[in-house]
Amino acid sequence: MALSHKVTEAAVWDALAEIPDPEIPVISLVDLGVVKNVAVEGDRVRIAFTPTFMGCPALETMKRELERAVEAIGGEPEVDVVLDNSWSTDKITAAGREKLREAGFAPPAPRAAGPTTLVQLQSKAFRCPYCNSNETRLENIFGPTPCRSVRYCDGCRQPFEQFKTI
Amino acid sequence: MSERARLLIELADDELILGWRDSEWTGIAPFLEEDVAFSSIAQNEIGHARALYELAARDLGTDADALAFDRAPAEYRCAPLVQLRLVPDWARTIARHVLYETADAIRIAHLKESDDAELAGLAGKIEREEVYHRLHAEMWLDRLGAEERVREAVDELWPLALGILDAELRPALAERLGRPEVEAVERAAPGAEFAELWNEMTMVRRSAPVGAQW
Repeated sequence: MALSHKVTEAAVWDALAEIPDPEIPVISLVDLGVVKNVAVEGDRVRIAFTPTFMGCPALETMKRELERAVEAIGGEPEVDVVLDNSWSTDKITAAGREKLREAGFAPPAPRAAGPTTLVQLQSKAFRCPYCNSNETRLENIFGPTPCRSVRYCDGCRQPFEQFKTI
Repeated sequence: MSERARLLIELADDELILGWRDSEWTGIAPFLEEDVAFSSIAQNEIGHARALYELAARDLGTDADALAFDRAPAEYRCAPLVQLRLVPDWARTIARHVLYETADAIRIAHLKESDDAELAGLAGKIEREEVYHRLHAEMWLDRLGAEERVREAVDELWPLALGILDAELRPALAERLGRPEVEAVERAAPGAEFAELWNEMTMVRRSAPVGAQW
């Protein structure tokens, strides 16, 4: 296959920024902060990728989508899944957090110095993504996917999903 | 088998089997929130097992699925505590949950300090999720810890909880829970209750045609 142009790092990042998260499609994988590194050598593109939650069933889908996006711009992808401690919800970009909120998911609270406590989760520190009230309470630490808790807003009387801070 | 592989397999087996047992509450927990909670916890634990098996598999020249599903029942190294089938006994389920999560926190914190950067990194990643399991266990202990059935269940399961940890970490568990260190029920070749679970757990894998791609 003759390629008229070279694959650049910037082009790869642009391509990856178009890939929606398979479970929360309003946010891209780049917004989510799971693409740790991109290295281009000729046509070969190496991507280091860190999953969010380890039991996430979308892991394989994400890996395939990353490969496809690289192939679409003429690169030969190699995706390494890195299982280290580098990803936290603080890696979600500001734009990503805003997109989550617009879609009705309360973005994760910033990580505190110490580990999360039950008292914190039961406090009024969490705002409703619909009406912005902080009159919200914890309904369930766990939710429909590993990354979410369920809260209830007493302001607008709606349940909503809160991205867990990890 | 190297010390590192032994550690990874024990930890992975614990997480896989506990995940499987937790998932037995899916659909039949006392109320809907707990259906969701135990199902989600189960999913996390199985996710951890997968990552741990992957690391072990690389050392042992095999793959994660083979370690999880292709071994004979007697080859599993999971602790007796996680093997117990506890549905429909909610009191014992909560007792196990509290004991396991407390022991697991000590084990993970220890691994996080390991000189082995890969192991330490993975332990750190696992710990981020385990925090929520402990909060859930803590919430239930607040609610039910004073109930006689739960207290009895904790007494009953305590020697099994000690068996989760290597001997040098057991005093930390005794201290954290304010209980005397007794003789632990050690890891051994699993019994009949496990064989039944194994049968169910590996059924799809064993019936798949050779070369099937999932």
